[in-house]
Parts: sequence; structure tokens; C-alpha cells
Amino acid sequence: MDEYKGKTLSWRLADGVVELGLNLAPANEIGFAMLEDLERFASSLPTLESKASALIVYSEQKAGFSAGADLRELYEQARKMDSPSAAKGVREFLERIHAVLNRLDTSSLTTIAAVHGVCFGGGFELALACDLIVADKMARFCFPELRLGLIPGFGGIPRLKRDIGNAVVRDLLLTGRSINATKALSVGLVSQVAAEGEALRLARSTAAQTTKFDRTTAAAAKRFIKPLPAEELRREIDIFCELFARPAVMDGLRKFVENAGPHPYLP
Amino acid sequence: MKTIEQTTDEILNLAATHFKFPRAELQAGDDFYKKLGIDSLQALELLTRLENHFGVELPDYEVQGVSNFHTLAERIQARL
Repeated sequence: MDEYKGKTLSWRLADGVVELGLNLAPANEIGFAMLEDLERFASSLPTLESKASALIVYSEQKAGFSAGADLRELYEQARKMDSPSAAKGVREFLERIHAVLNRLDTSSLTTIAAVHGVCFGGGFELALACDLIVADKMARFCFPELRLGLIPGFGGIPRLKRDIGNAVVRDLLLTGRSINATKALSVGLVSQVAAEGEALRLARSTAAQTTKFDRTTAAAAKRFIKPLPAEELRREIDIFCELFARPAVMDGLRKFVENAGPHPYLP
Repeated sequence: MKTIEQTTDEILNLAATHFKFPRAELQAGDDFYKKLGIDSLQALELLTRLENHFGVELPDYEVQGVSNFHTLAERIQARL
């Protein structure tokens, strides 16, 4: 499928570049609806890979690239179930999102995340599955999961560790702090910083450059330089599920969901 | 080295410009959540604008619970 418009995203192939636009209000939260659309995209990748050189993942939402996993949906689903059923459901969700992100990670296309605004949690993990991250100067990256008694569950730690120094990974993970695009550039997470509102234009220019290269060579270079940390990704799912089974997590999720004030819930 | 008054003034100017709020109505002691009517995402945006403007890093935990411009200026001043 060269073109698709779903409930949460759309994609279009033109001039050798696929553009995948996330578009779910308010901030592209990744729940079941987006997962299903992402699965549809992943199953279309073989066709797209035979016709294109590059893929740009971007957001059509003003708030940013993605605020991460849909915690409200997660909480609402989990609270209706007993603990073992909730844990089973979480594992199934993680297995599915990992399959999508692993497919994106290993795509033969040169993949570029064009990031603006919030790029948090699962959204950050989606960006990390791409080969390059181009960010506008208002972009902000964060792994807030420890605030809820969890670790990132969509492959974030192994992928971040693959890309940048372990000290920076620990800083982001263990403090849960967010960093801006300039800092992200300085630690090697982001490859280019664009002016405000210009990340997609910069990503398009970068993608156009990659269309000049032989695809077999580019794909071979990518396989060589970007191995999938498969074992760590498996372990991450196990650790996440162990942590999720604790009552403290549901309590943290409840406080997050019930927080109606302007101040963010930051334990 | 900027004085705390200069830093506060620059924050107020930046907030007024970005949120299209009359500068004359903003005071150092104002609660910016209430005065500007912003939510947590917009507060994060303000944080990023301040980091870019002053060329400093402001970890979230340092500004957690801060809601007035003057205290924000003190946090920034400590990193200039």
C-alpha cells in the first residue's frame, strides 16, 4: 500500500520517500488504536521497501512527536482485570509493539524521526527505533517511567544504550528528567537540530540525500552498524512485566490519571 | 553576570511575547500557571524556551513545584 489513512496515522510514498505522519490528539499517545495502525504499517513495509529509499516518521500534532504510551488506557484496562490477567495483557501489548519497532529498526530503508515538542516514553522509544533523529529546537526528550515505578517498555533502554554513552542513559533513566534538543545533540542522540517548526523540512532534505545512494549498499551499511539488541529487548519485556505486577504501579497510574491540575504529576 | 532583576525581566518578556500576554500585567511574584492560564505541556514549552534563551539546562526536578517567575529566575540565575 503506497498510501494509507488510518485513525491514528497516515503514510504516503512519493519520490522514493515514505512519510509516516502520526496524528492522534492530543499528543499521539500509543495505545491499542495506534498499535493497530503501526502494525498495518509494518506489514506494508516489504512493499514500501521495494519502492523507496527512506522513511520519515513525524507528528501532525502540535504538542509534539508523541507523549508515549497511553497510560489512561493502560490504567482503565488493567483495573478491570485481576492482577494475572492484567500482567498477561501488558505482556501481549509489549510483544506486539516490540515486533513493530523491531521491524522498523531493521528496515532496509534509511529511517528518520522528525521530532518537535514532547518526545516522551514510548514516543521517544519509537524515535529511537529510527536511524536518525532530527529535532527542532523546541523538542524535549524524556523517559519518565521510573516516576510510575516502571522502566521504559518499548525497547528504549537497549536502543538508547546502543546509541549513546551509558552515563547519559543512566542520567535520563534514573532521574526521569527531560532534555532539550541542544543537549540531545551534544550527547549524540540527535543528529541535527532545526529551527522551530523546521524539523520535517530538514528531515525531507536528509531523506532526499539518501535517495541518491545504492539501496543494497545502504542496507548493508545499516545491518553492519545498527545491530538489533535482541536479547536485551527480550529481557526488558520480562523486567517491565515483573515491575508492573506490583500494586505500587497501579497506584502510581491511578494518581497520574486522576491528576486534573495544571501541574504535572511528578512523584 | 546578570542580576536577578535582569533575569526576571527577561523571563517576563519572554513569557509575555510567547503567550501573547500584556507585559505590563506580569509581575515577578505571579503564579505563571494561573496568570498565563497554561497547562503542564505549555509549562514544559516555557522551560525549553528559557533553556534556549539563557543557554542553561533546567532539570525538571529543579523546577518541580516552582510556579512563580521570581523563583524560576533564581533557579536560572544559579546556572548562569
